[in-house]
Amino acid sequence: MNHPILETQELTRRFGRIVAVDHVSFQVMGSEVFGLLGPNGAGKTTTIKVLTTLLPPSSGTARVAGFDIVRQPTETRRVIGYVPQLISVDGQVTGYENLWVFSRLYRIPRAQREERIRDALNFMGLSSFANVLVKNYSGGMVRRLEIAQAMMHQPRVLFMDEPTVGLDPLAREAVWDQIELLRKTYGTSVILTTHYMEEAERLCDRVGILHLGKLQVVDRPAALKASLGKPGATLEDVFVHYAGEEVELGGGYREAGRTRRAAVRLE
Amino acid sequence: MGEDIAKPGGLDVPPSVSNSTALPAPLPAASLGDHVVGSFSQVATIFAYEARKLSHDPTELLLRAVQPALWLVVFGSVFSVIHAIPTGSLTYLQFLTPGILAQSVLFVAIFYGIATIRERELGIVTKFLVSPTPRIALVGGRALSASIRGFSQAVIVFLLAIALGVTLNWTPLAILGVLLAIVLGSALFSTLSMIIASLVKTQERFLGIGQLMTMPLFFASNAIYPVSIMPAWLRVVTDFNPLTYLVDALRQLMVPGAAMQFPLGVDFGVLAAVTLGLIWLESLLYPRMAQ
Repeated sequence: MNHPILETQELTRRFGRIVAVDHVSFQVMGSEVFGLLGPNGAGKTTTIKVLTTLLPPSSGTARVAGFDIVRQPTETRRVIGYVPQLISVDGQVTGYENLWVFSRLYRIPRAQREERIRDALNFMGLSSFANVLVKNYSGGMVRRLEIAQAMMHQPRVLFMDEPTVGLDPLAREAVWDQIELLRKTYGTSVILTTHYMEEAERLCDRVGILHLGKLQVVDRPAALKASLGKPGATLEDVFVHYAGEEVELGGGYREAGRTRRAAVRLE
Repeated sequence: MGEDIAKPGGLDVPPSVSNSTALPAPLPAASLGDHVVGSFSQVATIFAYEARKLSHDPTELLLRAVQPALWLVVFGSVFSVIHAIPTGSLTYLQFLTPGILAQSVLFVAIFYGIATIRERELGIVTKFLVSPTPRIALVGGRALSASIRGFSQAVIVFLLAIALGVTLNWTPLAILGVLLAIVLGSALFSTLSMIIASLVKTQERFLGIGQLMTMPLFFASNAIYPVSIMPAWLRVVTDFNPLTYLVDALRQLMVPGAAMQFPLGVDFGVLAAVTLGLIWLESLLYPRMAQ
Protein backbone atom coordinates (compact mmCIF):
# COMPACT_ATOMS: atom_id res chain seq x y z
CA MET A 1 0.00 0.00 0.00
CA ASN A 2 2.83 2.32 0.82
CA HIS A 3 6.58 2.68 0.45
CA PRO A 4 8.87 3.19 3.40
CA ILE A 5 9.88 6.81 3.88
CA LEU A 6 12.59 5.84 6.33
CA GLU A 7 14.61 2.67 6.46
CA THR A 8 17.46 1.69 8.76
CA GLN A 9 19.76 -1.27 8.25
CA GLU A 10 21.81 -2.65 11.11
CA LEU A 11 22.21 0.88 12.45
CA THR A 12 24.81 0.89 15.23
CA ARG A 13 26.31 3.60 17.42
CA ARG A 14 29.02 2.97 20.00
CA PHE A 15 30.39 5.28 22.67
CA GLY A 16 33.71 3.72 23.57
CA ARG A 17 32.83 0.21 24.71
CA ILE A 18 29.16 0.95 25.22
CA VAL A 19 26.89 0.02 22.33
CA ALA A 20 24.06 2.55 22.60
CA VAL A 21 22.32 1.46 19.41
CA ASP A 22 22.94 -2.15 18.44
CA HIS A 23 22.21 -3.27 14.85
CA VAL A 24 18.78 -1.68 14.69
CA SER A 25 16.72 -2.23 11.53
CA PHE A 26 13.22 -0.95 10.94
CA GLN A 27 11.06 0.85 8.41
CA VAL A 28 8.61 3.69 8.70
CA MET A 29 5.90 4.19 6.09
CA GLY A 30 4.59 7.39 4.55
CA SER A 31 2.26 9.28 6.92
CA GLU A 32 2.80 6.71 9.64
CA VAL A 33 3.30 7.60 13.29
CA PHE A 34 5.98 5.32 14.66
CA GLY A 35 6.83 5.14 18.36
CA LEU A 36 10.16 4.15 19.86
CA LEU A 37 9.61 2.92 23.40
CA GLY A 38 12.14 1.79 25.93
CA PRO A 39 13.50 2.42 29.40
CA ASN A 40 16.05 5.16 30.01
CA GLY A 41 19.35 4.41 28.35
CA ALA A 42 17.72 2.03 25.87
CA GLY A 43 19.10 4.06 22.96
CA LYS A 44 16.01 6.00 21.89
CA THR A 45 17.56 9.45 21.87
CA THR A 46 20.80 8.17 20.32
CA THR A 47 18.79 6.55 17.52
CA ILE A 48 17.02 9.85 16.85
CA LYS A 49 20.31 11.78 16.93
CA VAL A 50 21.82 9.42 14.37
CA LEU A 51 18.76 9.61 12.12
CA THR A 52 18.73 13.43 12.29
CA THR A 53 22.43 13.56 11.26
CA LEU A 54 23.55 15.00 14.61
CA LEU A 55 25.63 11.91 15.37
CA PRO A 56 27.37 9.76 12.77
CA PRO A 57 26.57 6.03 13.04
CA SER A 58 29.45 3.70 13.93
CA SER A 59 28.16 1.24 11.34
CA GLY A 60 25.02 0.45 9.40
CA THR A 61 23.00 2.79 7.22
CA ALA A 62 19.73 4.62 7.08
CA ARG A 63 17.86 6.34 4.29
CA VAL A 64 15.32 9.09 4.76
CA ALA A 65 13.13 9.90 1.76
CA GLY A 66 15.72 8.14 -0.35
CA PHE A 67 18.69 10.08 1.01
CA ASP A 68 21.57 8.35 2.75
CA ILE A 69 21.98 10.02 6.15
CA VAL A 70 25.78 9.67 6.10
CA ARG A 71 26.60 10.45 2.49
CA GLN A 72 23.84 13.01 1.91
CA PRO A 73 23.48 14.85 5.22
CA THR A 74 22.42 18.17 3.70
CA GLU A 75 19.73 16.57 1.54
CA THR A 76 18.55 14.57 4.55
CA ARG A 77 18.34 17.71 6.67
CA ARG A 78 16.12 19.38 4.06
CA VAL A 79 13.44 16.71 4.34
CA ILE A 80 13.34 16.19 8.10
CA GLY A 81 12.05 18.17 11.04
CA TYR A 82 13.20 17.67 14.61
CA VAL A 83 11.64 18.55 17.94
CA PRO A 84 14.30 17.68 20.51
CA GLN A 85 13.62 16.71 24.10
CA LEU A 86 15.24 19.90 25.32
CA ILE A 87 14.05 23.31 24.26
CA SER A 88 14.63 24.30 20.65
CA VAL A 89 13.18 27.79 20.47
CA ASP A 90 14.86 30.88 21.85
CA GLY A 91 13.27 32.74 24.74
CA GLN A 92 15.12 35.96 23.94
CA VAL A 93 13.17 36.61 20.74
CA THR A 94 9.50 36.49 19.72
CA GLY A 95 7.63 33.50 18.35
CA TYR A 96 7.58 35.14 14.94
CA GLU A 97 11.34 35.74 14.98
CA ASN A 98 12.01 32.13 15.97
CA LEU A 99 10.17 31.00 12.86
CA TRP A 100 11.57 33.77 10.68
CA VAL A 101 15.19 32.72 11.17
CA PHE A 102 14.44 29.10 10.22
CA SER A 103 12.27 30.10 7.26
CA ARG A 104 15.45 31.65 5.89
CA LEU A 105 17.85 28.91 6.96
CA TYR A 106 15.62 26.34 5.22
CA ARG A 107 15.64 28.64 2.21
CA ILE A 108 11.90 28.87 1.84
CA PRO A 109 11.42 31.16 -1.19
CA ARG A 110 11.01 34.79 -0.18
CA ALA A 111 7.54 35.01 -1.73
CA GLN A 112 6.24 32.19 0.48
CA ARG A 113 8.04 33.00 3.72
CA GLU A 114 5.49 35.24 5.42
CA GLU A 115 2.64 32.97 4.42
CA ARG A 116 4.37 29.85 5.75
CA ILE A 117 5.19 31.53 9.05
CA ARG A 118 1.61 32.76 9.40
CA ASP A 119 0.19 29.36 8.50
CA ALA A 120 2.47 27.56 10.94
CA LEU A 121 1.51 29.94 13.75
CA ASN A 122 -2.18 29.56 12.88
CA PHE A 123 -1.92 25.80 12.70
CA MET A 124 -0.47 25.68 16.20
CA GLY A 125 -2.89 28.27 17.57
CA LEU A 126 -0.19 30.83 18.31
CA SER A 127 -1.18 33.68 15.96
CA SER A 128 -2.08 36.09 18.74
CA PHE A 129 1.25 35.46 20.49
CA ALA A 130 3.44 35.91 17.41
CA ASN A 131 5.05 39.09 18.72
CA VAL A 132 5.42 38.06 22.35
CA LEU A 133 8.89 37.13 23.61
CA VAL A 134 9.01 33.34 23.94
CA LYS A 135 10.33 33.54 27.50
CA ASN A 136 6.80 34.63 28.42
CA TYR A 137 5.16 31.57 26.79
CA SER A 138 3.73 28.67 28.82
CA GLY A 139 5.31 25.22 28.50
CA GLY A 140 2.54 24.03 26.19
CA MET A 141 2.90 27.08 23.96
CA VAL A 142 6.65 26.54 23.76
CA ARG A 143 6.07 22.96 22.62
CA ARG A 144 3.58 24.08 19.99
CA LEU A 145 5.97 26.75 18.73
CA GLU A 146 8.68 24.11 18.45
CA ILE A 147 6.39 21.94 16.37
CA ALA A 148 5.48 24.95 14.22
CA GLN A 149 9.18 25.62 13.71
CA ALA A 150 9.90 21.98 12.84
CA MET A 151 7.08 21.70 10.28
CA MET A 152 7.35 25.06 8.55
CA HIS A 153 9.51 23.67 5.74
CA GLN A 154 7.03 20.79 5.31
CA PRO A 155 9.36 17.93 6.23
CA ARG A 156 8.60 14.40 5.07
CA VAL A 157 9.60 12.96 8.41
CA LEU A 158 9.21 14.68 11.76
CA PHE A 159 11.29 13.40 14.68
CA MET A 160 10.00 14.14 18.17
CA ASP A 161 11.95 13.20 21.25
CA GLU A 162 9.56 12.93 24.24
CA PRO A 163 7.11 15.45 22.75
CA THR A 164 4.95 15.83 25.85
CA VAL A 165 7.40 15.44 28.71
CA GLY A 166 6.78 18.08 31.37
CA LEU A 167 3.40 19.16 29.99
CA ASP A 168 0.16 19.24 31.96
CA PRO A 169 -2.66 16.91 30.77
CA LEU A 170 -4.44 19.65 28.85
CA ALA A 171 -1.34 20.79 26.99
CA ARG A 172 -0.50 17.16 26.29
CA GLU A 173 -3.92 16.60 24.68
CA ALA A 174 -3.37 19.69 22.55
CA VAL A 175 0.01 18.43 21.33
CA TRP A 176 -1.47 15.01 20.53
CA ASP A 177 -4.22 16.65 18.49
CA GLN A 178 -1.65 18.69 16.59
CA ILE A 179 0.45 15.63 15.76
CA GLU A 180 -2.60 13.85 14.39
CA LEU A 181 -3.66 16.90 12.42
CA LEU A 182 -0.16 17.24 11.02
CA ARG A 183 -0.17 13.70 9.73
CA LYS A 184 -3.64 14.11 8.27
CA THR A 185 -3.00 17.48 6.66
CA TYR A 186 0.48 17.06 5.28
CA GLY A 187 1.00 13.31 5.23
CA THR A 188 4.03 13.82 7.46
CA SER A 189 5.52 10.68 8.94
CA VAL A 190 6.26 11.06 12.63
CA ILE A 191 8.85 9.16 14.63
CA LEU A 192 8.53 9.83 18.32
CA THR A 193 10.09 8.50 21.47
CA THR A 194 8.05 8.33 24.61
CA HIS A 195 7.89 7.01 28.14
CA TYR A 196 4.13 7.28 28.24
CA MET A 197 2.27 4.14 27.19
CA GLU A 198 -1.00 6.03 26.77
CA GLU A 199 0.76 8.40 24.38
CA ALA A 200 2.01 5.45 22.33
CA GLU A 201 -1.46 3.87 22.26
CA ARG A 202 -3.17 7.06 21.32
CA LEU A 203 -0.82 8.19 18.54
CA CYS A 204 1.26 5.38 17.13
CA ASP A 205 0.35 3.13 14.23
CA ARG A 206 3.25 0.92 15.20
CA VAL A 207 5.72 0.88 18.04
CA GLY A 208 9.19 -0.55 18.41
CA ILE A 209 10.52 -1.49 21.84
CA LEU A 210 14.20 -0.81 22.41
CA HIS A 211 16.11 -2.46 25.22
CA LEU A 212 19.87 -2.14 25.78
CA GLY A 213 20.25 -0.73 22.29
CA LYS A 214 18.50 -3.62 20.58
CA LEU A 215 15.14 -3.42 18.90
CA GLN A 216 13.19 -6.21 20.60
CA VAL A 217 9.97 -6.09 18.62
CA VAL A 218 8.04 -3.91 16.16
CA ASP A 219 4.29 -4.12 15.61
CA ARG A 220 0.93 -2.44 16.04
CA PRO A 221 0.04 -1.87 19.69
CA ALA A 222 -3.04 -4.09 19.40
CA ALA A 223 -1.03 -6.91 17.86
CA LEU A 224 1.63 -6.63 20.54
CA LYS A 225 -0.98 -6.86 23.28
CA ALA A 226 -2.61 -9.87 21.61
CA SER A 227 0.76 -11.58 21.22
CA LEU A 228 1.15 -11.91 24.97
CA GLY A 229 -1.75 -14.38 24.89
CA LYS A 230 -3.12 -12.95 28.11
CA PRO A 231 -6.63 -11.47 28.19
CA GLY A 232 -6.74 -7.79 29.04
CA ALA A 233 -3.00 -7.29 28.48
CA THR A 234 -1.98 -3.62 28.35
CA LEU A 235 0.88 -1.92 26.54
CA GLU A 236 2.60 -1.70 29.93
CA ASP A 237 2.55 -5.49 30.08
CA VAL A 238 4.07 -5.62 26.61
CA PHE A 239 6.74 -3.14 27.67
CA VAL A 240 7.63 -5.13 30.77
CA HIS A 241 7.67 -8.33 28.75
CA TYR A 242 10.18 -7.03 26.23
CA ALA A 243 12.17 -4.53 28.24
CA GLY A 244 12.22 -6.75 31.29
CA GLU A 245 11.51 -4.02 33.80
CA GLU A 246 8.84 -1.73 35.09
CA VAL A 247 8.02 1.43 33.19
CA GLU A 248 10.12 4.04 34.89
CA LEU A 249 9.69 7.75 34.47
CA GLY A 250 12.56 10.21 34.42
CA GLY A 251 16.22 9.41 33.90
CA GLY A 252 19.21 9.93 36.12
CA TYR A 253 20.09 13.04 38.06
CA ARG A 254 21.73 14.67 35.09
CA GLU A 255 18.82 14.10 32.76
CA ALA A 256 16.28 15.20 35.33
CA GLY A 257 18.27 18.35 35.92
CA ARG A 258 18.52 19.20 32.26
CA THR A 259 14.88 18.51 31.49
CA ARG A 260 13.57 20.53 34.38
CA ARG A 261 15.97 23.38 33.89
CA ALA A 262 15.07 23.54 30.24
CA ALA A 263 11.37 23.64 31.10
CA VAL A 264 11.80 26.48 33.56
CA ARG A 265 14.69 28.56 32.34
CA LEU A 266 14.00 29.82 28.88
CA GLU A 267 15.44 33.20 29.54
CA MET B 1 -3.71 6.34 3.23
CA GLY B 2 -3.71 8.27 -0.02
CA GLU B 3 -7.13 9.85 0.40
CA ASP B 4 -6.99 11.40 3.81
CA ILE B 5 -4.08 13.65 2.96
CA ALA B 6 -6.01 15.70 0.41
CA LYS B 7 -5.14 19.26 1.31
CA PRO B 8 -7.52 21.29 3.37
CA GLY B 9 -7.02 24.88 4.31
CA GLY B 10 -5.42 26.06 1.09
CA LEU B 11 -1.89 25.11 2.16
CA ASP B 12 0.51 24.26 -0.56
CA VAL B 13 1.00 20.51 -0.23
CA PRO B 14 2.12 18.37 -3.13
CA PRO B 15 -0.77 15.90 -3.57
CA SER B 16 1.33 12.75 -3.45
CA VAL B 17 3.63 13.88 -0.70
CA SER B 18 3.34 10.78 1.46
CA ASN B 19 3.48 7.99 -1.01
CA SER B 20 6.93 7.53 -2.39
CA THR B 21 10.56 7.73 -1.43
CA ALA B 22 11.46 8.65 -4.99
CA LEU B 23 9.97 12.14 -4.85
CA PRO B 24 12.39 15.04 -5.06
CA ALA B 25 13.12 17.00 -1.92
CA PRO B 26 10.63 19.80 -1.28
CA LEU B 27 13.44 22.32 -1.65
CA PRO B 28 15.68 22.31 -4.71
CA ALA B 29 19.15 20.87 -4.37
CA ALA B 30 21.76 23.57 -4.76
CA SER B 31 24.52 23.88 -7.34
CA LEU B 32 27.97 25.04 -6.22
CA GLY B 33 27.20 28.63 -7.21
CA ASP B 34 23.92 28.50 -5.30
CA HIS B 35 25.80 27.00 -2.42
CA VAL B 36 28.24 29.89 -2.12
CA VAL B 37 25.56 32.56 -2.55
CA GLY B 38 23.34 30.61 -0.16
CA SER B 39 26.07 30.47 2.46
CA PHE B 40 26.52 34.24 2.33
CA SER B 41 22.79 34.83 2.61
CA GLN B 42 22.67 32.47 5.60
CA VAL B 43 25.53 34.31 7.24
CA ALA B 44 23.40 37.44 6.78
CA THR B 45 20.42 35.61 8.30
CA ILE B 46 22.32 34.67 11.45
CA PHE B 47 23.67 38.22 11.68
CA ALA B 48 20.17 39.71 11.43
CA TYR B 49 18.85 37.22 13.97
CA GLU B 50 21.55 38.05 16.51
CA ALA B 51 20.88 41.76 15.96
CA ARG B 52 17.20 41.23 16.75
CA LYS B 53 18.08 39.28 19.86
CA LEU B 54 20.25 42.15 21.04
CA SER B 55 17.57 44.72 20.23
CA HIS B 56 15.21 43.05 22.72
CA ASP B 57 17.66 43.53 25.57
CA PRO B 58 20.17 46.32 24.94
CA THR B 59 21.04 46.83 28.64
CA GLU B 60 24.18 44.76 28.14
CA LEU B 61 25.48 47.27 25.63
CA LEU B 62 25.09 50.13 28.11
CA LEU B 63 26.72 48.26 31.00
CA ARG B 64 29.70 47.62 28.79
CA ALA B 65 30.45 51.35 28.76
CA VAL B 66 31.72 51.25 32.33
CA GLN B 67 34.99 49.45 31.79
CA PRO B 68 36.48 51.57 28.98
CA ALA B 69 35.43 54.67 30.91
CA LEU B 70 37.38 53.48 33.97
CA TRP B 71 40.49 52.74 31.94
CA LEU B 72 40.51 56.01 30.05
CA VAL B 73 39.36 58.37 32.77
CA VAL B 74 41.14 56.87 35.79
CA PHE B 75 44.11 54.86 34.50
CA GLY B 76 44.72 57.11 31.50
CA SER B 77 44.58 60.37 33.45
CA VAL B 78 46.91 59.15 36.19
CA PHE B 79 49.53 57.80 33.81
CA SER B 80 49.34 60.97 31.70
CA VAL B 81 50.36 62.97 34.75
CA ILE B 82 53.30 60.84 35.88
CA HIS B 83 54.76 60.42 32.35
CA ALA B 84 55.90 56.88 33.22
CA ILE B 85 55.41 55.45 29.76
CA PRO B 86 57.35 56.75 26.75
CA THR B 87 54.92 57.36 23.87
CA GLY B 88 57.05 59.56 21.60
CA SER B 89 55.22 62.52 20.11
CA LEU B 90 51.80 61.29 21.30
CA THR B 91 50.16 62.18 24.58
CA TYR B 92 49.58 59.11 26.74
CA LEU B 93 45.79 59.39 26.29
CA GLN B 94 46.26 59.45 22.51
CA PHE B 95 48.39 56.35 22.79
CA LEU B 96 45.98 54.64 25.16
CA THR B 97 42.66 55.33 23.39
CA PRO B 98 43.09 52.80 20.52
CA GLY B 99 44.48 50.31 23.03
CA ILE B 100 41.39 50.59 25.20
CA LEU B 101 39.12 50.26 22.15
CA ALA B 102 40.95 47.06 21.19
CA GLN B 103 40.71 45.85 24.78
CA SER B 104 36.97 46.51 24.87
CA VAL B 105 36.51 44.60 21.63
CA LEU B 106 38.49 41.72 23.14
CA PHE B 107 36.60 41.68 26.46
CA VAL B 108 33.20 41.81 24.80
CA ALA B 109 34.04 39.09 22.28
CA ILE B 110 35.94 36.68 24.52
CA PHE B 111 32.80 35.73 26.49
CA TYR B 112 30.69 35.32 23.37
CA GLY B 113 30.95 31.54 23.63
CA ILE B 114 28.79 31.62 26.75
CA ALA B 115 25.81 32.10 24.40
CA THR B 116 26.59 28.88 22.55
CA ILE B 117 26.94 27.02 25.86
CA ARG B 118 23.57 28.34 26.95
CA GLU B 119 22.09 27.20 23.63
CA ARG B 120 23.62 23.77 24.12
CA GLU B 121 22.17 23.46 27.62
CA LEU B 122 18.71 24.48 26.45
CA GLY B 123 18.87 22.42 23.24
CA ILE B 124 18.56 25.27 20.74
CA VAL B 125 21.87 24.34 19.15
CA THR B 126 20.42 21.09 17.78
CA LYS B 127 17.81 23.03 15.81
CA PHE B 128 20.50 24.95 13.97
CA LEU B 129 22.50 21.79 13.32
CA VAL B 130 19.59 19.77 11.90
CA SER B 131 18.85 22.58 9.45
CA PRO B 132 20.55 22.31 6.04
CA THR B 133 22.68 25.38 6.80
CA PRO B 134 26.40 24.87 6.13
CA ARG B 135 28.23 24.79 9.48
CA ILE B 136 30.66 27.41 8.31
CA ALA B 137 27.74 29.79 7.68
CA LEU B 138 26.39 29.22 11.20
CA VAL B 139 29.79 30.02 12.71
CA GLY B 140 30.56 32.85 10.28
CA GLY B 141 27.23 34.54 11.00
CA ARG B 142 27.86 34.37 14.72
CA ALA B 143 31.39 35.70 14.32
CA LEU B 144 30.21 38.60 12.21
CA SER B 145 27.38 39.49 14.58
CA ALA B 146 29.90 39.93 17.40
CA SER B 147 30.92 43.14 15.66
CA ILE B 148 27.58 44.73 16.65
CA ARG B 149 28.81 44.70 20.24
CA GLY B 150 32.24 45.85 19.06
CA PHE B 151 30.71 48.85 17.26
CA SER B 152 28.84 49.90 20.39
CA GLN B 153 32.19 49.89 22.21
CA ALA B 154 33.69 52.06 19.48
CA VAL B 155 30.92 54.62 19.94
CA ILE B 156 31.59 54.71 23.68
CA VAL B 157 35.37 55.04 23.30
CA PHE B 158 35.05 57.80 20.69
CA LEU B 159 32.62 59.72 22.90
CA LEU B 160 34.99 59.38 25.88
CA ALA B 161 37.89 60.56 23.73
CA ILE B 162 35.97 63.66 22.72
CA ALA B 163 35.04 64.34 26.34
CA LEU B 164 38.69 63.99 27.40
CA GLY B 165 39.88 66.23 24.57
CA VAL B 166 41.98 63.54 22.85
CA THR B 167 43.05 64.53 19.33
CA LEU B 168 42.04 61.78 16.90
CA ASN B 169 41.97 61.31 13.16
CA TRP B 170 38.40 61.93 11.95
CA THR B 171 38.76 61.42 8.18
CA PRO B 172 36.06 59.14 6.75
CA LEU B 173 38.62 56.69 5.38
CA ALA B 174 40.24 56.32 8.81
CA ILE B 175 36.86 55.77 10.47
CA LEU B 176 36.01 53.14 7.84
CA GLY B 177 39.33 51.43 8.55
CA VAL B 178 38.57 51.45 12.28
CA LEU B 179 35.18 49.81 11.65
CA LEU B 180 36.77 47.12 9.49
CA ALA B 181 39.40 46.45 12.15
CA ILE B 182 36.63 46.09 14.74
CA VAL B 183 34.73 43.63 12.52
CA LEU B 184 37.86 41.50 12.18
CA GLY B 185 38.86 41.77 15.85
CA SER B 186 35.35 40.93 17.09
CA ALA B 187 35.06 37.99 14.70
CA LEU B 188 38.50 36.70 15.69
CA PHE B 189 38.04 36.75 19.45
CA SER B 190 34.38 35.65 19.41
CA THR B 191 35.31 32.64 17.27
CA LEU B 192 38.18 31.85 19.63
CA SER B 193 35.62 32.02 22.41
CA MET B 194 33.22 29.68 20.58
CA ILE B 195 36.08 27.22 20.03
CA ILE B 196 36.78 27.15 23.77
CA ALA B 197 33.05 26.71 24.42
CA SER B 198 32.89 23.78 21.99
CA LEU B 199 35.81 22.14 23.78
CA VAL B 200 34.87 22.64 27.43
CA LYS B 201 31.07 22.60 26.99
CA THR B 202 30.15 23.81 30.51
CA GLN B 203 29.71 27.36 31.81
CA GLU B 204 31.91 26.88 34.87
CA ARG B 205 34.95 25.68 32.97
CA PHE B 206 34.35 28.20 30.21
CA LEU B 207 34.27 31.18 32.58
CA GLY B 208 37.46 29.99 34.27
CA ILE B 209 39.32 29.73 30.99
CA GLY B 210 37.87 33.00 29.72
CA GLN B 211 39.16 34.84 32.81
CA LEU B 212 42.49 33.08 32.48
CA MET B 213 42.93 34.18 28.88
CA THR B 214 41.87 37.81 28.84
CA MET B 215 44.55 39.25 31.10
CA PRO B 216 47.57 37.64 29.37
CA LEU B 217 46.17 38.65 25.97
CA PHE B 218 45.73 42.19 27.23
CA PHE B 219 49.01 42.67 29.10
CA ALA B 220 51.16 40.79 26.58
CA SER B 221 50.20 43.30 23.91
CA ASN B 222 50.91 46.88 22.92
CA ALA B 223 47.54 48.08 24.25
CA ILE B 224 48.66 50.16 27.24
CA TYR B 225 52.41 50.47 26.73
CA PRO B 226 54.70 50.33 23.68
CA VAL B 227 56.48 47.09 22.81
CA SER B 228 59.81 48.97 22.98
CA ILE B 229 59.82 49.01 26.79
CA MET B 230 59.24 45.25 27.05
CA PRO B 231 61.93 42.62 27.74
CA ALA B 232 62.93 40.68 24.65
CA TRP B 233 61.03 37.47 25.53
CA LEU B 234 57.79 39.38 25.99
CA ARG B 235 58.23 41.10 22.64
CA VAL B 236 58.31 37.69 21.00
CA VAL B 237 55.07 36.79 22.81
CA THR B 238 53.37 39.96 21.59
CA ASP B 239 54.21 39.04 17.99
CA PHE B 240 52.05 35.92 18.42
CA ASN B 241 49.24 37.82 20.12
CA PRO B 242 46.48 38.77 17.65
CA LEU B 243 45.49 41.68 19.89
CA THR B 244 48.81 43.35 19.03
CA TYR B 245 47.81 43.57 15.37
CA LEU B 246 44.38 44.95 16.24
CA VAL B 247 45.90 47.62 18.49
CA ASP B 248 48.52 48.49 15.90
CA ALA B 249 45.92 48.88 13.14
CA LEU B 250 43.61 50.96 15.33
CA ARG B 251 46.46 53.16 16.57
CA GLN B 252 47.70 53.97 13.04
CA LEU B 253 44.15 54.72 11.88
CA MET B 254 42.94 56.69 14.90
CA VAL B 255 45.92 58.73 16.01
CA PRO B 256 47.66 61.19 13.68
CA GLY B 257 51.41 60.67 13.74
CA ALA B 258 51.34 57.33 15.56
CA ALA B 259 54.43 55.15 15.19
CA MET B 260 53.89 52.07 13.06
CA GLN B 261 54.83 48.66 14.42
CA PHE B 262 53.73 46.73 11.32
CA PRO B 263 52.42 48.05 7.99
CA LEU B 264 48.60 48.30 8.00
CA GLY B 265 48.41 45.61 5.32
CA VAL B 266 50.20 43.17 7.60
CA ASP B 267 47.88 44.00 10.51
CA PHE B 268 44.75 43.43 8.43
CA GLY B 269 46.24 40.41 6.70
CA VAL B 270 47.12 38.68 9.97
CA LEU B 271 43.73 39.48 11.52
CA ALA B 272 41.84 38.22 8.46
CA ALA B 273 43.89 35.05 8.08
CA VAL B 274 43.64 34.10 11.77
CA THR B 275 39.91 34.84 11.78
CA LEU B 276 39.23 32.64 8.74
CA GLY B 277 41.36 29.85 10.18
CA LEU B 278 39.49 29.95 13.48
CA ILE B 279 36.08 30.04 11.76
CA TRP B 280 37.04 26.97 9.77
CA LEU B 281 38.23 25.18 12.92
CA GLU B 282 35.07 26.04 14.84
CA SER B 283 32.87 24.86 11.96
CA LEU B 284 34.42 21.41 12.57
CA LEU B 285 34.01 21.63 16.37
CA TYR B 286 30.55 23.21 16.54
CA PRO B 287 28.61 20.00 15.72
CA ARG B 288 30.03 18.51 18.96
CA MET B 289 27.68 20.83 20.82
CA ALA B 290 24.74 18.63 19.78
CA GLN B 291 26.30 15.23 20.48
